[in-house]
Amino acid sequence: MLAVETIGLTKDYSVGFWRKRPKRVLDGLGLRVERGEIFGLLGPNGAGKTTTLKILLRLIFPTSGTARILGKELHDVTTHERIGFLPENPSFYDYLTAEEFLDYAGGLFSLPSREGRRRAARLLEQVGLAESGNIPLRKFSKGMLQRLGLAQALINEPELVFLDEPMSGLDPLGRREVRDLILELKAKGTTVFFSTHILSDAEMLCDRVAILNRGRMQGCGELREMLAPGVASTEIVIESPDLVLLDQLKPCGAVVRTGARVCIQVPKESDVSAVLERVLASSAKIISVNSVKMSLEDYFLAQLAQGGTKEEEKARVAQATGGQQH
Amino acid sequence: MNRVATIALHTFKEAVRDKVLYNLIVFALLMIGSAILFSSISVGIQQIIVVDLGLSSISVFGLIMAIFIGIGLVAKEIDRRTIYHVLSKPVRRFEFIIGKYLGLILTLLINTLIMTVGFYAALFYQTRRAGLEDFAPLGTIYFILLQLAIVVSLAVFFSTISTPILSAVFTFCVYVIGHFLSEMRWLGQTTGSGAVKGAAAALYYLLPNFSNFDFITQTAHGERISGILLVSNSLYALLYVTMAISAAILVFEEREFK
Repeated sequence: MLAVETIGLTKDYSVGFWRKRPKRVLDGLGLRVERGEIFGLLGPNGAGKTTTLKILLRLIFPTSGTARILGKELHDVTTHERIGFLPENPSFYDYLTAEEFLDYAGGLFSLPSREGRRRAARLLEQVGLAESGNIPLRKFSKGMLQRLGLAQALINEPELVFLDEPMSGLDPLGRREVRDLILELKAKGTTVFFSTHILSDAEMLCDRVAILNRGRMQGCGELREMLAPGVASTEIVIESPDLVLLDQLKPCGAVVRTGARVCIQVPKESDVSAVLERVLASSAKIISVNSVKMSLEDYFLAQLAQGGTKEEEKARVAQATGGQQH
Repeated sequence: MNRVATIALHTFKEAVRDKVLYNLIVFALLMIGSAILFSSISVGIQQIIVVDLGLSSISVFGLIMAIFIGIGLVAKEIDRRTIYHVLSKPVRRFEFIIGKYLGLILTLLINTLIMTVGFYAALFYQTRRAGLEDFAPLGTIYFILLQLAIVVSLAVFFSTISTPILSAVFTFCVYVIGHFLSEMRWLGQTTGSGAVKGAAAALYYLLPNFSNFDFITQTAHGERISGILLVSNSLYALLYVTMAISAAILVFEEREFK
């Protein structure tokens, strides 16, 4: 059984004040998230990540398409007993304390109060808020609210947890703690489905990712497969080259000078030996030669560049409005 | 049912910690207390003034609390997106609305109780005696509570379809019109226009008739509430609250939280 499955998930919003017209924010999304994996939904702002999560949590309804969570249809609210959710930039009740809020969250899962208090204490400790349990939430910083958001998402010990931009508002230490927490969840068998536009987080954590842009999926798969195509470029650093040599190297790749050192990014593998021969023939010294592998950022940018031109966007709007847009 | 109770208790907890509420209660108690001053400059009608002004204060401040708490606690959940935390848990949308409503009613009940204690303190200070006849205003306070229950149900309904400010305006308008429904119907019948007559009749049947609950002046003059009025007003309020909350649930079930 899959943790999350979406089939042709589409969402249109009405935009415009007087003359309402539909705007497609999610376009036929098809995802299959296996149980026990960390799945990242990546995309720039406005790509449809939060829309996807809100549909899965039944906060908004799809225009078309279906989805299943832990094998059950979205309208089956009993599934929510087995899932957790951290919204983006979570907001809380000003007059409650962290302990009271977690007690409330536990009550919504019908947890016995003693068990709720036990879990609340453990989670506050886990997210680094053990000392702040009695402080009213209006006095919490953004990072503290984010940590509390994580704690409440885990109060029911969920099988599947949805995290919308979980690192948002956290300092470097906090981000590391959250990363460790996500890995801990995976180790316990919890499926983690999170959205982010911070690629380094996804690269460090995710088993698989899907890339969204303008509501459409641009790519989906295992990170190691997506980034496998190998060397993206070769970085050659040399010292004290003369101007003649630099002129000769310029056609082979980007040349960046930093003091006495020059870094040449050679995109074609076939050019590498020619560059090295020219450097060896000159008076310059080779400092290092490194293969630069494709990062998730390179892959991400390549996917975004491939999909979603403005013309395509216009065509999609026209399609959504039944061809009435001009 | 457990979840409804959890939401109701949480709503109550959130409401009673709002400083605005305490300010309103203090003002209400000051108003009730001022009835003693007004009665001292009257001759022969001191008790009438204390009862009239005291019950009116409970009614007016109860209304302000009902509108502001009623609008605030539902619309604010949507506005501040705290509702995401609730609806992503195994909470059905109708449970949220009913829980919120019951929490608000509990808050108003406690506030009215505090104002009632203030009212009886003022009354006892004025009359210097306590007798069975002094329990008569309790029936009127019960009617005020029934009105507030209807007002809160309307506030909850409007806050599911509109912004907090518009919801407050709509609820207040319905409250005011609800006191003049008979006059409005009569006005409609006296005009020659069929459309106006129809609209007045429609509003007469659609909006809650608050004048049925207004027994303050009669109480001040020693009139007692009949058993029939007590039962009919209770049933009327129950029916109206059920309708308004059902409508709020129907709207809320389809509402999207973008």
